[in-house]
Amino acid sequence: MRRADGIRVLVFLAASAGVLLLPRLISDFRAQQLAYVGIYFIALLGLNLLTGITGQISLGHGAFMLIGGYTTAILISHQEPPLELLGHQFTGDMRDIWTIPLAGLVAGFAGFLFGFPALRLSGLYLALATFAVAVAAPALVRKYQGFTGGGGGINLFDVEGRTGGSTTDPITFETTSGVDILGFHISSFNVWLYYLCWTLALVLFAAAWLMLRGRLGRSLRAIRDSELAAVSSGVNLARYKTLAFGISAFYAGVAGSLLALATTFVNPDTFPIALSIFLLVGVVVGGLGSLWPLVFGAIFIHFMQIEWAQKADLVIPDWIPFLGDIDTDAPGAPAVAFGVVLILIMLALPSGAAGLLRTLKSLITRGYHRVR
Amino acid sequence: MADFFQQVVAGLGSGAIYASLALALVLIHRATGVINFAQGEMAMFTTYVAWTLTANHGWSYWPAFVATLVFAFVLGVGIQRVVINPVANASILTIVIVTIGLVLTFNGLAGLIWSSEVRAFPSPFPNETWSIGGVAISQQDVGTFGVVLVLVLLLWAFFQFTKIGLALRASALNPGASRLVGVRVGWMLAIGWGLAAMLGAVAGMMAAPTIFLDPNMMQAILIYAFASAILGGIDSPFGAVVGGLTLGVGLNLIGAYVDFVGADLRLPVALLVILVVLLVRPAGLFGKPVTRRV
Repeated sequence: MRRADGIRVLVFLAASAGVLLLPRLISDFRAQQLAYVGIYFIALLGLNLLTGITGQISLGHGAFMLIGGYTTAILISHQEPPLELLGHQFTGDMRDIWTIPLAGLVAGFAGFLFGFPALRLSGLYLALATFAVAVAAPALVRKYQGFTGGGGGINLFDVEGRTGGSTTDPITFETTSGVDILGFHISSFNVWLYYLCWTLALVLFAAAWLMLRGRLGRSLRAIRDSELAAVSSGVNLARYKTLAFGISAFYAGVAGSLLALATTFVNPDTFPIALSIFLLVGVVVGGLGSLWPLVFGAIFIHFMQIEWAQKADLVIPDWIPFLGDIDTDAPGAPAVAFGVVLILIMLALPSGAAGLLRTLKSLITRGYHRVR
Repeated sequence: MADFFQQVVAGLGSGAIYASLALALVLIHRATGVINFAQGEMAMFTTYVAWTLTANHGWSYWPAFVATLVFAFVLGVGIQRVVINPVANASILTIVIVTIGLVLTFNGLAGLIWSSEVRAFPSPFPNETWSIGGVAISQQDVGTFGVVLVLVLLLWAFFQFTKIGLALRASALNPGASRLVGVRVGWMLAIGWGLAAMLGAVAGMMAAPTIFLDPNMMQAILIYAFASAILGGIDSPFGAVVGGLTLGVGLNLIGAYVDFVGADLRLPVALLVILVVLLVRPAGLFGKPVTRRV
C-alpha cells in the first residue's frame, strides 16, 4: 500500500466516524435531509463511474433508480404469500433492508443488458438513447398496472414490518417507533434513515474507490480517453463497457431502493425524467471523474430542489420591470437555477467542485505563481 | 376502411409536427455535429410568446405567428452566440450538458413567467371536418400539414437559391475552407440555430391547439422528433421530413389497431424505433453510412 493510500484510508475512517456521530448534533429534520443527500451521493457515484470515468453519457439513470425503487416496493408490499428467494422468506423484521441489495442487482442486471446495445452507440447517440429510456420508463410502469400499481403507485407506509416505522399495539394502543439494531435503539425514523443511507453510501464509496484504483479503473479511464488506444493496449471494450453499465446501474438501483424506503411511496412521478437530468447536474457540479467531491453534487441537487423556491426572491429583484410579477414560489424556480448553474459551470469551471478544490490546494501548497 | 384513412390523415397532421422539429434537429446536427436537447423546450418557450401576444396583447393570429418566428430566430442566434459558441470545441459531453442546462432553464422560465397551468392555444384553422367519400378529414390536420410543407419548401429554396444559404451549406460542409473564402462561419452557425428555432416554433404553435399549452408539452414530441430524425438519417433533411411523416402515421396506426400498444405505449415504441434504427442501420433510411478510418 502506498503511503498516500494510507493517508486516504485514515481520512476516510475519520470522515466515517464524523458521519456516524453527526445525528447527535443535528435536528431530526436535518437528519432526513442529509439522508436524501446520501441517497443522491450513491446514485452520483454510480453515474460518475459511467459518465465521468468511462466517458459514456447517460441521461437515463433515473430509469435504473426506478427499477431499483420498484423492486423494493414490489418485494415488500406483496404480503400474501410471502416471497421466497434463495431460501430466505421476505417476512418479518428488516425484510425491507434485504430488498436493497436485490434492488441493486436487478437494476445492475438491467444496466448490464442495456450495455450491449449501448456498445454500438457512442457519444451523442448514447445520450439520445438513454434519454429516450428515461422518458419511456414511466410509461411502461403505467402500462403494467397489476404489477406496479400503475399511476397510483405503491404505498409502503402501512406495510407490515417496515423498519423504523411506528407500530401501534392492538391491545394497549401503545405506539412504538424506532429500530433496535446492533444493541442500539434509534427512536426516530429519520435518524434511522440517515444511518441506513450513509452506511451504504460509505460502503459503496469505499467499494468504488477500491474498484477504480486498480486494473478496472485504469481500463475504464483508457476507454474514456481513447477507445482505439484502449483496444490496442488489450482492453476488452465490450466486457468493460457492459461491466461499467452494470456496476453503475447497481449503484443507481440501490439509490432508487433507498429513495422508495425514504419516501415510503413509489409512483412513476417519483422517478421523472427530471431526476435523470438532476443526476447529471450533480455529477457535473461535483466534478466529472471525481469521487468524494460528488458529495457537493449531492448536496447541490437536494438543497436546490427543496430550498430554492423560498430563496428565489434574492435572485430576482423586484426592480427588474419585466420579471416583476413573477411568482417566485412557482415550480420553475429550481429548474432555472439548475440550468443556469449548469451552463455557468460548463463555461467557467468544467471540472466542477473537484477542480475548484484542486486549484485551491495548489494555490495553498505551491504558491500563486506556480498555478497554471 | 374509412377509419383507416382517417387515422392516416390524422397521423400526417402530427407527423408534420414531428417532421418540423426533426428538421430543426437535423439542421443543427449537420452544421455542428450536436444534438440540441433543448430544441423542444425552446419551441415550447416561443409558443408561449405567441400565446402572450394573442391572449394578453390582443394580436390576431397571423401577425403573432410571424412575430413569434422573428423572436425564435433572434433567440436561436442569441443562444448559439452566448452559450454554445464558447464550448464549440469542447467534448460532446460538455455540449450535451450545456443543452441540458438550456432545457432546464427554458422549462423553469416558462413555469416562472407563465405558471405551469395548462392553457388553450388558438388555432388558425376551423375546428371542422371535410367529408370526402365517408372519410372525415380534420381541417386542423390539413392546415398543420400545409403550413409545415410551405415552411419546408421555403427553407429548401433559401438554402438552394440564396447566397446566405450557400454560405450556410458551405460552413456546414467545410468550415475551414469556408473561412478562407471569407464566409463568417461563426455567424453562419448562429443563423443555423436561428432557423432551427424557427422550425421549432412552428412545431410548437401547430401542436399547441391539440395538446394544449404547458411547460412540458414538447417533451414527448421531442422524443418523437428524435425518433423521426434517426429514422430518416440524422444528417438528411429530406429524411427528417419522411421520417416524421412515417412515424406520425405509423404511431397513429399502431395506437389505433394494436390493442397492446394503445395510447399508453407510444413513447416506448418511439424508443424502440430509435434503438432499432441505431443498431441496425445507424445512418437511417436516407443518411450516408459513415466510415471511420482508424
